[in-house]
Amino acid sequence: MALELNLLKETNAFYCLECGKCTGVCPVARYSGSFSPRRVLARSLFDSHPGENESGGLWSCLTCGQCEEVCPSNIDYDRFIQLQRKALGIEKREGACSHGGIIESISRLMSMEKINQNRLDWLDRSMVSDKSDVLFFTGCLPYFEVLFEEIEADPLNIARSTLKILNHMGVKPQVLANERCCGHDFFWNGDYAMFEKLAQTNLALIEKSGVKTVITACPECYRTIKKDYPSLNGKQSFAVLHISEFIAKNSDKLKFHKEGIEQIITFQDPCRLGRHMSVYDAPREVLSGLPGMSLTEMAHHHRRAICCGVSGWMNCSQISKNIQANRLREAHRTGAEILVTACIKCKIHLMCAMRDQTLHDEVGLTIRDMTEVVAEHLEA
Amino acid sequence: MAEKKSKFEPRIVVFACNWCSYPAADSAGINRMQYPANIRIIRTMCMGRVNPAYVLKALEMGADGVLVSGCHFEDCHYSFGARRAAEQFQKLQKILKILGLEQARVRQEFISAAEFPKFVKVVNEMVDQVRKIGPNPFKDGRTKISPKQFVPGSVEEITV
Repeated sequence: MALELNLLKETNAFYCLECGKCTGVCPVARYSGSFSPRRVLARSLFDSHPGENESGGLWSCLTCGQCEEVCPSNIDYDRFIQLQRKALGIEKREGACSHGGIIESISRLMSMEKINQNRLDWLDRSMVSDKSDVLFFTGCLPYFEVLFEEIEADPLNIARSTLKILNHMGVKPQVLANERCCGHDFFWNGDYAMFEKLAQTNLALIEKSGVKTVITACPECYRTIKKDYPSLNGKQSFAVLHISEFIAKNSDKLKFHKEGIEQIITFQDPCRLGRHMSVYDAPREVLSGLPGMSLTEMAHHHRRAICCGVSGWMNCSQISKNIQANRLREAHRTGAEILVTACIKCKIHLMCAMRDQTLHDEVGLTIRDMTEVVAEHLEA
Repeated sequence: MAEKKSKFEPRIVVFACNWCSYPAADSAGINRMQYPANIRIIRTMCMGRVNPAYVLKALEMGADGVLVSGCHFEDCHYSFGARRAAEQFQKLQKILKILGLEQARVRQEFISAAEFPKFVKVVNEMVDQVRKIGPNPFKDGRTKISPKQFVPGSVEEITV
């Protein structure tokens, strides 16, 4: 295994004190019994346990970043995991892609040059224009709509709601007809070459469209385009905003229904949006501005928010289900009726957990995306 | 001879269920019925086992067409296997549509063990059908992927 020592040094990995604080906050360690971020780091770094990299915890980490928040040595644990997986390569990967690998297959097929997708069948053409300097990056929503039909997470409603909000603010964005997967999952799961290929294709498409702002409704796309794409080609000619940031910036342009139904809501911080990109306030600002909605916080919120249990479509297991059930119970305890999140993955994963009838009867929450809630409150 | 070489010969992956379609292919041989050599049969215990992901993987790795075949609904040895396969196939068709691939590249057929003439007929039709569409556009552009990448089923997956 070729360790990238210089890069690893930047993550502070060698300063690990083995204090174990990371294990205390790790959502996987809470339910797995054998997983510990500290142990993964120590074993994979010094090669003392050759099996660790192939079958061990390296592939169970959710890269949610919870441990970084408490680490006294300031170890950039997500970056460490990403580098180790990259060095190890996807061939040594033990963690299986959930859903039989179909999402990775779709993304890999998208990397082919000759592909000509029909990804915009859902779109009302009057909501977009080709000349705008704002681009709405839809992400994988059209595919999720088909794949997760039975969960009824309605991913395309997020895309429609986002467009509705943007139109309401007087923005008719461009939408790319042949946009590719952002490559987030490959970046984190060790297939760096595939990430690079997708990233370069997307960058070329975005450059060609000539936009100044790229808006995404998915925190994973947001992080990848904003933080990881520049690591390839350097500075970008466009700004990247999550839809919550865009709404918060232009909140004066939004007009809501006067009377809203009184509802208590609570917000699930997606790890890519919160801990990875430090966007905590924008979605809260947007949600608390809605008429009739009062926002309460769960026991773990902001930097301590708990992950939805799966990342990169890898390693969905009983542990994930435990994390999700625990998170839903926590949301229930706030007295909220609606759990709002800002990431389609959180929505799918939490709604999947809610398919368990016992849990459903116990917590009885409605799970919605932020854009859906905002779009519903807009004045017609 | 040179002309024959330039002609496109599709390569078709057939997922055949152990209880119906695989014996049907066998019977076709025993009864000396000929079918084109373009197909590569993969035996599965049930067509319900054939996740859309596997069909996509076959296409990704350069198959020109994929035929998923198994028992009739009433005959399925796993009671709901064939029904599940039918549901999954609809999903697959939708995904292919979004990806911009010809939907005729994949086909689902219900062929019982006694229906070997049907098996031969379907394979013939499938080969003609795919020959008309032309080669898989992803054949050239694909990156070499090691087989290890395609091994599903780790402990994590099983515990779901």
